[in-house]
Amino acid sequence: MTHVANVPASAVTATTSGGQATSPSALLEIHELTKRFSLSGDFLEQLRFKGGRLVRHQEHVHAINGVSLDIRRGEALCVVGESGCGKSTVARIVMGLLSPSSGEIRYDGQRIDHLSARQLLPYRKRMQMIFQNPYASLNPRMTIQQTLEEPLRLHHPDWSRERVRDKVVEVMTSVGIDPDWGKRFGHEFSGGQRQRIAIARALAVDPEFIVADEPISALDVSIQAQVLNLLMDAQQRHDLTYLFITHDLAVVEHFGTRVAVMYLGTVCEVAPTATLFASPRHPYTQALMSAIPRLEDDRPQHIRLSGEVPTPVNLPSGCVFHARCPHANERCRREVPSLIAREDGTKVACHGVEEGRL
Amino acid sequence: MSLLEVSDLDVRFALRQGEVRALRNVSFSLDRGERLGIVGESGAGKSVAAFTLLNLIARPGFIAGGSIRFDGQELTGLSDRTLRKVRGNRISMIFQDPMMTLNPVLSIGEQMIECLRAHRRISRREARTIALHKLRQVQIPSPETRLDQYPHELSGGMRQRIIIAIALLLDPDIIIADEPTTALDVTIQAEIMALLLELCEKHNVGLILITHDLGVVSQVTQRMLVMYAGRVIEQGPTREIINDPQHPYTQGLMNALPQMATPGERLNQIPGSMPSLSNLPIGCAFHPRCGFANDANGQPRRACREVVPEFVNSGNCRVACHMVAAMLEEEQRLAKEQTS
Repeated sequence: MTHVANVPASAVTATTSGGQATSPSALLEIHELTKRFSLSGDFLEQLRFKGGRLVRHQEHVHAINGVSLDIRRGEALCVVGESGCGKSTVARIVMGLLSPSSGEIRYDGQRIDHLSARQLLPYRKRMQMIFQNPYASLNPRMTIQQTLEEPLRLHHPDWSRERVRDKVVEVMTSVGIDPDWGKRFGHEFSGGQRQRIAIARALAVDPEFIVADEPISALDVSIQAQVLNLLMDAQQRHDLTYLFITHDLAVVEHFGTRVAVMYLGTVCEVAPTATLFASPRHPYTQALMSAIPRLEDDRPQHIRLSGEVPTPVNLPSGCVFHARCPHANERCRREVPSLIAREDGTKVACHGVEEGRL
Repeated sequence: MSLLEVSDLDVRFALRQGEVRALRNVSFSLDRGERLGIVGESGAGKSVAAFTLLNLIARPGFIAGGSIRFDGQELTGLSDRTLRKVRGNRISMIFQDPMMTLNPVLSIGEQMIECLRAHRRISRREARTIALHKLRQVQIPSPETRLDQYPHELSGGMRQRIIIAIALLLDPDIIIADEPTTALDVTIQAEIMALLLELCEKHNVGLILITHDLGVVSQVTQRMLVMYAGRVIEQGPTREIINDPQHPYTQGLMNALPQMATPGERLNQIPGSMPSLSNLPIGCAFHPRCGFANDANGQPRRACREVVPEFVNSGNCRVACHMVAAMLEEEQRLAKEQTS
């Protein structure tokens, strides 16, 4: 596994908005992605009387607003942020489970965001997803054997029954589940074991890219370590690339090659993990880092943010963070900051950092 | 004497498959204004312990033995009527999910006034004034408006603030907080924890904080209990346990934290998972996962497999582990030899 410190700053690509710089090592590129969810229901429900006239009234949740990211082959890009910041939506759009409102997603140079389910099939074999809740992501009516055979049968219709069975035994062993348990159902396993099975299902088709959406959040501390180790082993063994969604910064520090911090549907900072933890630049990242309960100090000394996350229905003007930011000025309230690449390999979307006053 | 004294608490659930012992020999105490953390993984019994204090365990659960003495009064075996004078009044509780705790069809003010008037003979107007005052204490913006709002109109962090305000409503001696910030985001969690800590200190309220987050425990509490499979396995001052855990399980738990490992390298995991309470191993419940269940020569320690460990005093901490007991004995023997 390549570690943060080994990545030369020159390898960091600058995908500033507008420009379409593509780096040869990028496995997945997300360009100016936006996603809105309608809150207004169907056409008839949108009609309102206003001033004696019938008007069409629409409201949207702006889940993602112009996110650009690239994920390089072999790295683990962690996306962190609080609930409602759009991190899971990004993961789902990447996997084709949701379609974007605008923007592009390129996988290995090919655009995949507008493909039909049939056209996506070859990509589905190369990219797999692990979900947060292993109690919900395993079909309760299927045995583990059936659960693990299903993706193999779908993606390898030409495989013989023996070959499929051998492969299932192989993946079960690799995640530390006894292959003799294949006849059992999901509910007979503990949370940690279920998550292992979900990982086995993702690994069954030998993918090169895995999207993991909070894969350890639902697990206990001692089990979290086991599953995290398993994910790291799998990365080494199969040369995997991860898009890792989490809210746990301690996990990010341990696991991530690079980190993208999201707030209210935008990326506010992207940086190599070590750099981000040593010197967070964006005021939101700083607040987030200081909020982690640490074992060492006696007293919480976190940067207190005033107020709460604004609703993504009525986005604030300018920088989405300005209402809670202690350093906000007139420009922050007016102008949306863009993600600007800096010399040290980080990218920060903050007027204050850009102007050099932070 | 301590304000709250729990000794040898034994809680069982009578299930069709037989009796499951959810708590065994749980003993601890809490002084006035003291903050105690109860740590453990899910199924360790930490929530059952908290619920039992207020006799909130529902059938098929029941208290099979032990005593809970609060301010000189025995709480086990009290009638619901008598217990109600303590519950919510002198000991109040904060639950994990603020949405589940608040009644969705009553306004915030209604719920607060209801609670006050259930315990005190005061007018609605007086109750409203107290409610308003408590909402100010938990730093809720525009409290007058909040009183007439319904829970769904508020964010998660705001709801948890309201819950804290309700818990403080009757100026209790002890607040039991069961995973109060688990459902919240990190930045909100930090704010809520800071608020809870500040209020407890200011009003000299005791806090029993139940959590699985060692970081939160280390920042908020003065003493802590570590639970495993229905038993307390280690207890003592929080700082000492965090800095120098003695029980192999506590050590394992600490070492498994990502911040304890070098980035990019494997974490030190504890193998296996916690046994189910209905099928506990004989001897020390942790021995199948314990790295010290074999002695230095690789021979299995018989005691770990056969005898349930008793508490031994190690410094200011109490630890239930054969290995620690053996080490302490060895130390004492050496010390004795040196003096003689």
